[in-house]
Amino acid sequence: MANFGVATPRGAVAYSPDQAVYCATELGGWHWAVKAQIHSGGRGKAGGVKLCKTYNEVRAAANELLGKHLVTNQTGPEGKVVQRIYVEVAEPFEREIYLGFVLDRKVERVRIIASRFGGMEIEEIAKEHPEEILQVVVEPAVGLQAFEAREIAFGLGLNLKQVSRAVATMLGCYRAFRDLDATMVEINPLVVTKDDRVLALDAKMSFDDNALFRRGGVADMRDHSQEDPREVQAAEHNLNYVGLDGDIGCIVNGAGLAMATMDMIKYAGGSPANFLDVGGGASPERVAAAFKLVLSDRNVKAILVNVFAGINRCDWVAEGVVQACRQLDVIVPLVVRLAGTNYEAGRDIIVNSGLPIISAETLADAAKAAVTAASSAAKHVRAS
Amino acid sequence: MSILIDENSRVLIQGFTGDKGTFHAKEMIACGTKIVGGVTPGKGGLTHLGLPVFNTVKEAVRATNATCSITFVAPAFCADAIMEAADAGIHLVCSITDGIPAQDMMRVKRYLLRYNRERRTLMVGPNCAGIISPGKAMLGIMPSNIYKQGSVGIVSRSGTLGYEAAAQLKELGLGVSTSVGIGGDPINGSSFLDHLILFEQDPETQAVMMIGEIGGPQEAEAAAWIKKNMTKPVVGYVAGLTAPKGRRMGHAGAIISATGDSAAEKAEIMKSYGLTVAPSPSELGATMAKVLAEKGVAPATAH
Repeated sequence: MANFGVATPRGAVAYSPDQAVYCATELGGWHWAVKAQIHSGGRGKAGGVKLCKTYNEVRAAANELLGKHLVTNQTGPEGKVVQRIYVEVAEPFEREIYLGFVLDRKVERVRIIASRFGGMEIEEIAKEHPEEILQVVVEPAVGLQAFEAREIAFGLGLNLKQVSRAVATMLGCYRAFRDLDATMVEINPLVVTKDDRVLALDAKMSFDDNALFRRGGVADMRDHSQEDPREVQAAEHNLNYVGLDGDIGCIVNGAGLAMATMDMIKYAGGSPANFLDVGGGASPERVAAAFKLVLSDRNVKAILVNVFAGINRCDWVAEGVVQACRQLDVIVPLVVRLAGTNYEAGRDIIVNSGLPIISAETLADAAKAAVTAASSAAKHVRAS
Repeated sequence: MSILIDENSRVLIQGFTGDKGTFHAKEMIACGTKIVGGVTPGKGGLTHLGLPVFNTVKEAVRATNATCSITFVAPAFCADAIMEAADAGIHLVCSITDGIPAQDMMRVKRYLLRYNRERRTLMVGPNCAGIISPGKAMLGIMPSNIYKQGSVGIVSRSGTLGYEAAAQLKELGLGVSTSVGIGGDPINGSSFLDHLILFEQDPETQAVMMIGEIGGPQEAEAAAWIKKNMTKPVVGYVAGLTAPKGRRMGHAGAIISATGDSAAEKAEIMKSYGLTVAPSPSELGATMAKVLAEKGVAPATAH
């Protein structure tokens, strides 16, 4: 944000209590905020931001936060591990403002949302004080214009000096949004100090995965410790994977069909362990990588492979599945449903492979078979 | 009649000489599509698959009178290719490409508004399977053998779930007039609504299947329009019942980030506007068959 002309308090990253104290001494000042750096909002409420008046307090705060799982209202019950903290010079301020930038799908534009109720969640503000929300929709052909930023600044009741600084801040944020290919930039709170400075006290930014190829600086900042390790592994193999907490592993071609397969499992009374889109071109190597990934989830009690071969052919996909099973010694029950081009040839390959694979014709049959297989596998585990 | 394309549409392939362009060109030609040439900057003057290659879309249009194009162009260059087609006067551009940055699509949509309504290019996609009017033409990558020609229109975000629907319909003797993939991205060239309007006007289409998924306002917007304006029955389905909040499920646009984004909410909204919602993805065809029977439409018609 600083690179785009947005004023931020001075601060530094620390990975240990000693480093945190060192940062505080180097930064100077009398008070510091020690903040947990995790990919989640709601950290303040969850005790992830600590205000400190002495070096000992900084050390104690760092000790308390580092290495722990911080659970916020956005992380889910397992929380996220705090691997690093940010030590920031804390300054007194007079006002808190909410400032957000989002790519609005409905109007297909960047929308700016601002409110004098900084420090609150935007959903709360929208509920409690809807009339106090200022908005601007940016025209992509020319970008955010100064007059639009002024409307917001004057609308927030800022004085003249503050207005010019707030305008610079908003223009800078918009440029960051555009030039880093963000999908969301939220500054909450944006504060105004006694001497009319406008500072971003905290910010969250989300970036467009599709644009990372041209935003190397952003890609370099990726923190894999904040992501599910299975998903990090999936990305390495160019597989689209989202870990869930059920026990039926899924391997499907196509995101929509994958979601529908998970739906079908639910309707059949089961619970999917993951979303996985192998995409087009299901070569034996790719299929094997997919199996390995799904099997790395120890909750998986059965696997459902659902491939609708269009340009691919079912017999090739079947070869891939059989090869993968032989290579990896797949021990959980496996249900395979193939449809589309050459599906009979594919089914024959599966059936004649000698492997204990359950072949299904329809999506409904496949889901039912997988659910049954998973629950009887579960029974075996309980019995032994 | 079908919508968007038929056997007379004159088609250019952008990215013609690349692997994907070449492979899918052959499939499209086999479906009866009138491919009249292709564009690959730097390869103008060559002949590929017996068809002329041009350096620019403008040259290609001048030489061939092409009216449609399909882009098999890498994400980094695809927005440029789409805008080039629009500027050259192409009426319909279909972009298969997966991975175009969202702000690029925002700028493409803005660019298309440069031209007034009569001259404006219709874009389909990106990140879609394309368009097929079975028996007539295909502007995409669909497996044509799974489609029977008929009178059910399909409009879907997902490619493979669209195939599943077509296959289920065929199994029941039901055919498709046109199947359109609007793609899985958050900002797309055209929405469900844009194609429902066309289906409503198409004499060959008697009913429509609308296949949505989590994320975005387009299913709800379409459902509201259907209630007020559509005389033909619509069967809907929304994939992603078990998707967790805030996670991107493959498609860039398949993410639950706001109220109304979830599959359950969208299904409710569809029902409230009078759509018949298929109870599961394995009953897409069966639900349509039921709706057609209620409407008094005979399923199998000889084609």
